[in-house]
Amino acid sequence: MAPLLEVEDLRVEFGRGPETASVLNGVSYHVDEGETLAVLGESGSGKSVTAQTVMGILDLPPGRITGGAVRFRGEELLGADPERRRLLRGESMAMIFQDALSALNPVYTVGFQIAEQFRFRRGLSRRDATARAVEMLDQVRIPNAKQRVKEYPHQFSGGMRQRAMIAMSLALDPELLIADEPTTALDVTVQAQIMDLLDELRRERGMGLVLITHDLGVVAEVADRIAVMYAGRVVEHADAATLYARPGHPYTRGLMDSVPRVDDVAGAPLRPIPGLPPSLAAIPDGCPFHPRCAHAVDRCVTEVPALRELGGDHQAACHFAERFVAEGTDRPTTHEVVSG
Amino acid sequence: MTSPILSVRDLVKHFPITRGVLFRRTIGHVRAVDGVSLDLHPGETLGVVGESGCGKSTLAQVLMRLIPPTGGTATFEGEDLFAKKGAALTAWRRDMQIVLQDPYTSLNPRKTVGDIVGEPFDIHPEVAPKGDRQRRVQELLEVVGLNPEHIRRYPHQFSGGQRQRIGIARALALRPKVIVCDEPVSALDVSIQAQVLNLLGDLQREFGLAYLFIAHDLGVVRHLCDRVAVMYLGSIVESGSAEDIYRRASHPYTQALLSSVPVPDPSLRGRREAIRLSGDVPSPADPPSGCRFRTRCPKARPVCAEEPPALEVRAATDHPAACHFAEPPHLVRSE
Repeated sequence: MAPLLEVEDLRVEFGRGPETASVLNGVSYHVDEGETLAVLGESGSGKSVTAQTVMGILDLPPGRITGGAVRFRGEELLGADPERRRLLRGESMAMIFQDALSALNPVYTVGFQIAEQFRFRRGLSRRDATARAVEMLDQVRIPNAKQRVKEYPHQFSGGMRQRAMIAMSLALDPELLIADEPTTALDVTVQAQIMDLLDELRRERGMGLVLITHDLGVVAEVADRIAVMYAGRVVEHADAATLYARPGHPYTRGLMDSVPRVDDVAGAPLRPIPGLPPSLAAIPDGCPFHPRCAHAVDRCVTEVPALRELGGDHQAACHFAERFVAEGTDRPTTHEVVSG
Repeated sequence: MTSPILSVRDLVKHFPITRGVLFRRTIGHVRAVDGVSLDLHPGETLGVVGESGCGKSTLAQVLMRLIPPTGGTATFEGEDLFAKKGAALTAWRRDMQIVLQDPYTSLNPRKTVGDIVGEPFDIHPEVAPKGDRQRRVQELLEVVGLNPEHIRRYPHQFSGGQRQRIGIARALALRPKVIVCDEPVSALDVSIQAQVLNLLGDLQREFGLAYLFIAHDLGVVRHLCDRVAVMYLGSIVESGSAEDIYRRASHPYTQALLSSVPVPDPSLRGRREAIRLSGDVPSPADPPSGCRFRTRCPKARPVCAEEPPALEVRAATDHPAACHFAEPPHLVRSE
């Protein structure tokens, strides 16, 4: 059976002439029903552009899709009838964004914005649609939903707004939810609540979840599989346990060595990745990571490493991936579990 | 122990909430900072952690003398900080500088890097004679890891991490003794964040700086700080050495905060006990009676609504915590 969502060799450019930025350079990943795929990457790695292309909300122009495929349950979406794509949005796939305040319309009540979908897509009356909106707010655990449904986005706290956006995205019961940095703007105690909620809803509904984030901690807690992106490519893909224990790409390992952790041994130094991510208008030849890589040799400068199979559904785009997998990670931690 | 370079006692900053245009009436106060005491010693890093709205940035602004305090005292090298004015205030500003969070808005886009980093010398010409300034600025750029030849470039020609380095160079220009770092790395990507954190550590060792390090990221604070103060709704709820806080947190808020931080290790999934706080932080304009954390506290009992707990060492703990029922967590070794 075809996977729920399949992205294959997706290529997107912005701009023209010598200024052309190659934002996606052959991105491939897939998500199955009921599972969480985390797309991990820093700013400019192309993780959000991939999601926007999947949803069909990328602005074209300035963006230009130059190749690849996006299939939902085997159905090709790139080049599909815009009416068909509009139908799929909301009904089959939905997306939530980092900044809930700017994603919600400030001049309509939260309830109106949720009910709108029931009215226009399901043909419900205003009263029935509002009743369904209250149900949705209940489902995302907003207390006192009957009152809250009449309030405006600015009357909600940050965490509540994100809950309201989740309610809105799940209203038509989509099979796939793309969450683009859903907790980045939130405090850590609220982040934990929202991640728990998303995980619960995914399980209840058997929904596929694409979680886009730069936070290695969040990924470690919820992801089934992880795709690591760098300069518009997936450079490594594995299940969560394998990726953290035996990363095959030096970039993945570099990320892990850069994160300050609460369970670090005191005084353990951070080992940052030197340099900066490349400009997407001038991606280096060969491996795009080679200028920052401590292990780069001549071959890395000339030959682009393919995303190679390392066994057990683990792939990495590095000429020496086997060596890094064998080494594993060596970071000392206090490994203590704190309970109240 | 040496005497503190910066000492703060019962600092209060309330912002009035007003109504009316012609006849302005004060109808309440936002209690942004409500009785904070702390000591910063030369050469050390004191971390102030807390969620948004806990008053940590207001604390920084009051201590930088950017806004006046409502009450409380602060001394810098034994002298009353809030009494300084005129020449004494200007002279003091050389000793205490600030690095701000957002490297995009905290640098003037119409000035070159040379102007930005050299501006402190215009205000304090005694530090660097005019002919010497360009050389000093280039030295500073080199110290923070930027190319000294980029002195004529503008902020937009630099990446976020490089801009934050410019902000650090500007703060270093006058050779201060204390730098207040207000969320200096929270706008940066992970790999760049680590570079800047290591730079701050190196600079501290090289110049003997003391940092008042304000952040919401507990991992970052763990890395850089010798001592940590945890803030909630305008007051400090727990303070101690980094080890005290991270290994033996005894305030329920600190414990919940630590347990909410995701750890990048899937093998610990389901093995760390999760303490989930319900709801949001109450409004600082109308904080709860008694203990301010009681509305979200899993341990709250009737006494918490009546009696605000003092920040003190209690029977079951070895460092100060503002909770009637402070006790260290049960430590369960996972290995």
